[in-house]
Amino acid sequence: MAIVAHTSKSSRFGRPVLAWIVGLLFFFPIFWLVLTSFKTDADAVKPEFLIWFTPTLENYLNMTDNYDYWRFAQNSVITSVLATVFTLAVGIPSAYAMAFNPTRATKDILMWMLSTKMLPAAAVLYPMTFLAKSLGLFDTHFLIVLVLSLINLPIVVWMLFTYFKEIPKDIIEAGKMDGVNTWGEIREILIPLAWGGIASTALLCFIFCWNEAYWTVRLTTIDAATLSKLIEGNRAPEGLFFGRLSAVSTAAIAPIVVLGWFCQKQLVQGLTFGAVK
Amino acid sequence: MSLKHTMLGATALTFVAAGGAFADGHVSELTIAIVNNGHMINMQTVAEAYTEETGVKLNWVSLEEGVLREQVTSDTATGGGQYDIINIGMQEAPIWGQAGWIEPLNFSDDYDVEDILPAMRGGLSADGTLYAAPFYGESSMVMYRKDLADAAGVAITDNDSWENITAAAAAMHNPDAGVYGACLRGKPGWGDNMAFITTVVNSYGGAWFDAEMKPVLDSDEWNAAINMYVDLLGSYGPPGSEGNSFNEILALYNEGKCGMWIDATIAASFLEVDGVAYAQSPNAGNPVGANWLWAWAMAVPAGAPHAEASMDFIEWATSKEYIQAVGNHPDFGWGSVPTGTRASTYAIPEFQAVAAFADAEMKAIESAAPQATDIKPYVGVQFASIPEFPEVGSAVAQEMAAALSGAKTVEEALEDAQSAADAIMREAGYY
Repeated sequence: MAIVAHTSKSSRFGRPVLAWIVGLLFFFPIFWLVLTSFKTDADAVKPEFLIWFTPTLENYLNMTDNYDYWRFAQNSVITSVLATVFTLAVGIPSAYAMAFNPTRATKDILMWMLSTKMLPAAAVLYPMTFLAKSLGLFDTHFLIVLVLSLINLPIVVWMLFTYFKEIPKDIIEAGKMDGVNTWGEIREILIPLAWGGIASTALLCFIFCWNEAYWTVRLTTIDAATLSKLIEGNRAPEGLFFGRLSAVSTAAIAPIVVLGWFCQKQLVQGLTFGAVK
Repeated sequence: MSLKHTMLGATALTFVAAGGAFADGHVSELTIAIVNNGHMINMQTVAEAYTEETGVKLNWVSLEEGVLREQVTSDTATGGGQYDIINIGMQEAPIWGQAGWIEPLNFSDDYDVEDILPAMRGGLSADGTLYAAPFYGESSMVMYRKDLADAAGVAITDNDSWENITAAAAAMHNPDAGVYGACLRGKPGWGDNMAFITTVVNSYGGAWFDAEMKPVLDSDEWNAAINMYVDLLGSYGPPGSEGNSFNEILALYNEGKCGMWIDATIAASFLEVDGVAYAQSPNAGNPVGANWLWAWAMAVPAGAPHAEASMDFIEWATSKEYIQAVGNHPDFGWGSVPTGTRASTYAIPEFQAVAAFADAEMKAIESAAPQATDIKPYVGVQFASIPEFPEVGSAVAQEMAAALSGAKTVEEALEDAQSAADAIMREAGYY
């Protein structure tokens, strides 16, 4: 009994403490980034100003005045929202078909979809660039939405498939018995029942689109350039511009961090779904 | 709407937008791909005056060096026309010029092309034709803490021997006090550790390739140079030097942790510690090639639709007037003017007053020799101006980092580097 009580007491205090330590460890880089964003470039590399310094908004003002932050942010919002909507529009019917009307090829198709994620992006960089240019699509929202959608489609279909498999097939069958067509089944039965799963999938897809940097940097110039390109442009091989780079990075991740904060319950649900089965 | 219709629509919109902007023949916008560094960032502010005067809006696409190379190369090679003006380096300019990827530059007499430092002009030309105008240029030199050297009782002189440099580093080395004798590049990359290492090899009388363009990394000169480099940096450098390049060392230096630093002359304008003195790069008997030479320059892609307007802008941005505009700008001043390009800059009293490094920098640039010689049958100092060099340089860079970290002996690293370089050159069809 004493051992049980001891274990229970240590786990009661130990786990939260461990969780806090891990949490702080993960949060520290973000904290440091935000802190550095309020330092001048000169102060950012001086050890005497590590913690105590005179904060300045210079980097943020410079970012909005000289770097057209809002144009990059607008492009990030447009491409991420449209790509998420498009991915779900294709992903929901696909996952529905595979979850409720599986064939012998379903498993192979799912695996094939996932295998496309294993191809290194650099391997298709030049074909993609030439194709985009020859079609006149380089540096357009349309191209970025298309690329982001295709990149995220395999993950979205897999996640939705996992959610949909949890819904009893009988409910869908009952709808059929009542004369509901396929579109009606999806709209009136499937989506309301799997709403939580769809929302968390959409949220994750949006985050992936927002953070995507390889293609959004390389397939844009000005018109469709997203916040990833703004960050990339502030990296300097000769010169320590950490204050400015931190401000740009903070402003780029702020919207997604706030969104994630408000939707953390759905996010955790989405990430851990099926993990303990 | 089908995908085909959507794509056709998007294409049509692109053409309509492009046509609208330039329908009256007047260029209203120029798109400029730039490398992100202090001088180019300042230009975005100074160039507001150019826009006011000419009405030409300037769209700046700032990119990290590696990504810039990737984008500009693919755009220029395919005649993509994404950019009106591009930033390229000294490695690309002569190759691209010869390949016809960039336009030859023609400026008015007022531009005074003869004022551009001869080494820069030569390095950015092919067959006597200037293909890129230098925006800022650099060589390499020794930047050392005179207070530490004096306290240790050592002196560093111009073109010092590597033995003296090593002895000075040993004398200043005091890791308990957080001071390391020598901070040098160790991070693998053809533009990182290999930039410095190549100048060391040059100073020993070595080269990358022989007259038949066969790599000669198994030569005695390479062996002596790399042994010296590994010994100097391994014994008297900061821990983890194989991860250090320009920015990492700049941070260490400004924290007072480096006795000396041999690197790009541009570094001098970023140093914030007191008591820094300058000396010309060391050598081991062959000073030709001990100072590197680099410039970031502006070029116009071949077939660019607004070549004339682009050249007008380049003429302004690399002119004597631009230097004056930066020097007299309330946000910048004479300590921020782009250096290493024009002889006249070094004669400006206001610049001389704030730039203690000016004389050493000019001397280093003037003594840099990018031309082919009997020892080095290719153009370039810390690189060979051939398309394959980035691949060869990157492969060898990994081996040098392995030698520095102790993962391989110098002999093993050089042997592996030689076979990697040989395979690349053989595959490229040089022999």
